[in-house]
Amino acid sequence: MRENSRPAPETLERFLASTLDSVDRAEELAVGVAQRAGFADEDLMKIGLAVRESMVNAVVHGNRYSENKKVRLSVTQNGDRYTVRIADEGEGFDFENLPNPLAPENLLRTSGRGLFLVRSFMDEVQIRRLGPGGTEVTLVKFRVSK
Amino acid sequence: MSVKLETRQVGDVSVVDVAGRITLGEGSSALRDTIREMVGKNHKKILLNLGEVSYIDSSGIGELVSGFTSVTNSGGQLKLLNLNKRVKDLLQITKLYTVFDVHESEATAIRSFT
Repeated sequence: MRENSRPAPETLERFLASTLDSVDRAEELAVGVAQRAGFADEDLMKIGLAVRESMVNAVVHGNRYSENKKVRLSVTQNGDRYTVRIADEGEGFDFENLPNPLAPENLLRTSGRGLFLVRSFMDEVQIRRLGPGGTEVTLVKFRVSK
Repeated sequence: MSVKLETRQVGDVSVVDVAGRITLGEGSSALRDTIREMVGKNHKKILLNLGEVSYIDSSGIGELVSGFTSVTNSGGQLKLLNLNKRVKDLLQITKLYTVFDVHESEATAIRSFT
C-alpha cells in the first residue's frame, strides 16, 4: 500500500472474556485493523504491545479474571486516525499516582511498566473511570505520527 | 509458539537458550521456573541467550529483572546475550539496558564472568 493512499474506514467491537486468551485475541484483532490501515511494521509492533498491556490491565487488574465480567474492545480507523478503546468492569485503579518506573529506586521492581510502555508507544492515551464501574483506556495512533 | 528454554553448560557457565514469546502466562512463568531451579541448584553464572525471542511484554521484562535480582542476591551473576532490536529497544526505553550486562558474542560473554 502506498504511504499516501487512504484505506477504507473500519470499525470492530468485541466483548471478550476476562482471560489471557482474550489478550492474545484483542492484540490480533487490533493489529489486523492497523495492518489494513497501512501502518508500518514498527508501528504495528508498538500498537500490538500497547493493546496487549492495556488488555492485561483490564483482565488482570480490572476484572481480576472474573467470569462474570467482560472486556469491551473497540477498534476504529478513519483516515489516518486509529483508535482502540478497552473498557473493563472492575473497581478501577489510581492511574494518576502510579510510581515512575524510570526512577532509580523503582528500576528493579518486577512490575509497573505496562502503562508506561503504552504511553511510550501511542500518540495519545486517555484513561477514564466509567460511571457504572470500570476503567476505559483510549489509545490513539496517527498513521503519520504527529 | 509460546516459549522454549534449553539449558547447556559451557565450562562453569549455564547458558539458557530462550526462544519464542516471554509474555504474561506460560512464557514468563517458564522463565521464572528455570531461573529459580538454577538458583536452587546453586548455579552462579547464568547467561540468558535471548537471540530467538520473538516477543516480550512488561511481564517478561519483569521476569528478567526478577531473575537478575534473585541470582545477584544468591551471590551469582546473570547476563544477557544476543538481544534483538525489539528486546533491546524495550530495555532501553525502560532504562534497564545499563542495569544488565549485555553481550553480542557468546565467547565474550562467557569470558566476562568472574
